[in-house]
Amino acid sequence: MDALIAPLLNGSAQGALLLLAALGLSLTFGQMGVINMAHGEFLMIGAFAAYLVQQVIKASDLSIPVALPVAFVVAGLFGLLLEVTIIRWMYRRPLDTLLVTVGVGLILQQAALQIFPSQGVPVEKPSWLDGQLNILGYAWPLRQLFTIVLAVACVAALSAWLKYTSFGRRIRATVHNRDLAETTGISTRAIDRLTFFVGSGLAGVAGVAASLIGGTNSQMGAQYIIPAFLVVAAGGIGQLKGTIIAAWAVGVALSYFAYWTTGSLAQVLAFILVIVFLQLRPQGLFTVRTRSLA
Amino acid sequence: MSNSSKRMRALMATGALGTAMALVLAGCGARAGDDTAGAGSSPAASCVDTSGSTVKLGFLNSLTGGMAISEKTVSNVLHMASDEINASGGILGKKIEYVQEDGATDWPTFAEKTEKLLTQDCVAAIFGGWTSSSRKAVKPVVEKLNGLFFYPVQYEGLESSPNIYYTGATTNQQIIPAMDFLASKGVKKLFLAGSDYVFPRTANAIIKLYAAKLGIEIVGEEYVPLDKDDWTSQVAKIVAAKPDFIFNTINGSSNVGFVKAYYDAGLTPAKTPIISVSIAEEEAPAMGHEVTGNYASWNYFQSLKTDTNPKFIESWKAYPNSSGVTSDPMEAAYISMYLYKALVEAAGSFDVDKVNAAAKANKITFDAPEGTVTLDGENHHISKPGHIGQINKDNQFDVVWASDKFIEPDPYLEGYDWFPADVRKQLVDAAG
Repeated sequence: MDALIAPLLNGSAQGALLLLAALGLSLTFGQMGVINMAHGEFLMIGAFAAYLVQQVIKASDLSIPVALPVAFVVAGLFGLLLEVTIIRWMYRRPLDTLLVTVGVGLILQQAALQIFPSQGVPVEKPSWLDGQLNILGYAWPLRQLFTIVLAVACVAALSAWLKYTSFGRRIRATVHNRDLAETTGISTRAIDRLTFFVGSGLAGVAGVAASLIGGTNSQMGAQYIIPAFLVVAAGGIGQLKGTIIAAWAVGVALSYFAYWTTGSLAQVLAFILVIVFLQLRPQGLFTVRTRSLA
Repeated sequence: MSNSSKRMRALMATGALGTAMALVLAGCGARAGDDTAGAGSSPAASCVDTSGSTVKLGFLNSLTGGMAISEKTVSNVLHMASDEINASGGILGKKIEYVQEDGATDWPTFAEKTEKLLTQDCVAAIFGGWTSSSRKAVKPVVEKLNGLFFYPVQYEGLESSPNIYYTGATTNQQIIPAMDFLASKGVKKLFLAGSDYVFPRTANAIIKLYAAKLGIEIVGEEYVPLDKDDWTSQVAKIVAAKPDFIFNTINGSSNVGFVKAYYDAGLTPAKTPIISVSIAEEEAPAMGHEVTGNYASWNYFQSLKTDTNPKFIESWKAYPNSSGVTSDPMEAAYISMYLYKALVEAAGSFDVDKVNAAAKANKITFDAPEGTVTLDGENHHISKPGHIGQINKDNQFDVVWASDKFIEPDPYLEGYDWFPADVRKQLVDAAG
């Protein structure tokens, strides 16, 4: 039983982390077409924000809930700064944004290396995440449940925001047809900035989750960037539900492969699966239907 | 910490862009290489000039990129040691003038910088490196140009070179003592967890052979790529395998993920302890309380009570850019500078061949923080004490086991009857 249940649960948690890392990208890449290679470093900023919050609020039971909104705002502000200073000059030039944001990512990594202890810093897990939940005989770590709850909450908040608020409607209008949106009086510049803030902020939240799973150091962001892009691409550009399904599927596949084979082989197999899928269905799981000619 | 491509994540994880950058770097590299070839094509004779009041030495570590996380400290310790030596009169009366180069976590860069240091800066010796990949990049260059390279990190052994001195542990000074410790604890079932590259694979091949001899059953073996922190799925397999002990050859920040997944799964040092060969005083703080109570095998710990250790710790704490704690690779880097000084003074010359001859002819020793180490003039490794430490809540190590004497270096494990010659050959070939 363990052999079936454990990978399913572990994989769902892995998928949830992947989803958190990919959510912001599905906005900035999916909706705006910006290839932001510094997204992983925004995730790192979120993790370091959690560490700094813990320096102020010593009790980790309280500090992690506080760290989530703080990380969102801090990473979001870094994203906003990047948008205002650099990205805005490069819309419709995806290759340039790729190269420039790689550079920005390296600068942020080196800055973190200079500022914080080079081996990284500890982020303490709240004690209410100690322990395991017994699921059909498998002792499932509570921390994994937390990752899933956090991912579900972020998805719910994001989709409600996109669907029910006027900001959300303007973002969707801009994505579907930028010119038409502009003619109806929407400031697409303001929308771009806002989208970038929210997308980067979500990376910050993912960073808090990642800080409870792995190390918090200057290099941590790099491991999430490629899987996150793959998940967004496999899900279908600009499609939240596609990203969700793709992230969960990759997480579970990774975990089953790891259980049956080895950790290294699992990485290879899971991403071969994604690449084969993209060969067969280059548009991803779902596509946006739009009437724009572009 | 240690060895091979420890943290290549900057390169690996950025995938496509890594390729793009590699192309750019290759472009630059080719130009620099051409210049070097131009200068170096004139006679191979050493251009080292020690006629003045100084001697030039090269320091080569990754100060940027993923490996900077670990190598920065080693680089700082080298600076501290050379400052100390200069303050006490230099080497053969000559002050050290160092040339710092950045290996940038890129192995071809290590080779290129080595060539530059030897042919353009004309340094008498080079110190640094961390990963086995960087050492393997430097090795052919120092051998071709007859330079000297001092390598300060524990590694997978099965190597020796007339142009390299190894001041970190080889396997019989770290892996084998760890196994002896496990045997003394009555361990019957062992699980092997490692990062996926040459050091853990080689170490585990050796561990499995010795375990068979000691009557320890290996109940599982798992590897995860160096750049991945998430050990969740593998730890679920460890829980299912129910080992008495876990032998951890994971490197770098992946260790943090491993320890967190271990703690999350309800595994404890009381029932299923971990023994690590890459977690030291520098790494433990980043893991928080979740690592407390587990073990590590090293030669040096900050907590060692030797005559020379307090001075080393004090000097380091007072040094600018200090991390505040001392660790095994730092101490090995410190040894490397003083070992070089002792070698040159025994030879009465900075000449590579004379230094190597002095290594063979004399018993070169140094009162290191870990105790008095002795150089083996044949294999260029040093004797070391084996120590097992248990991590306490201050992220320091309480020594719980020590080898009864200093362990002579045996990089090819020729003195161990359970290590068959065909396996040795296979591993040496595989390591390239």
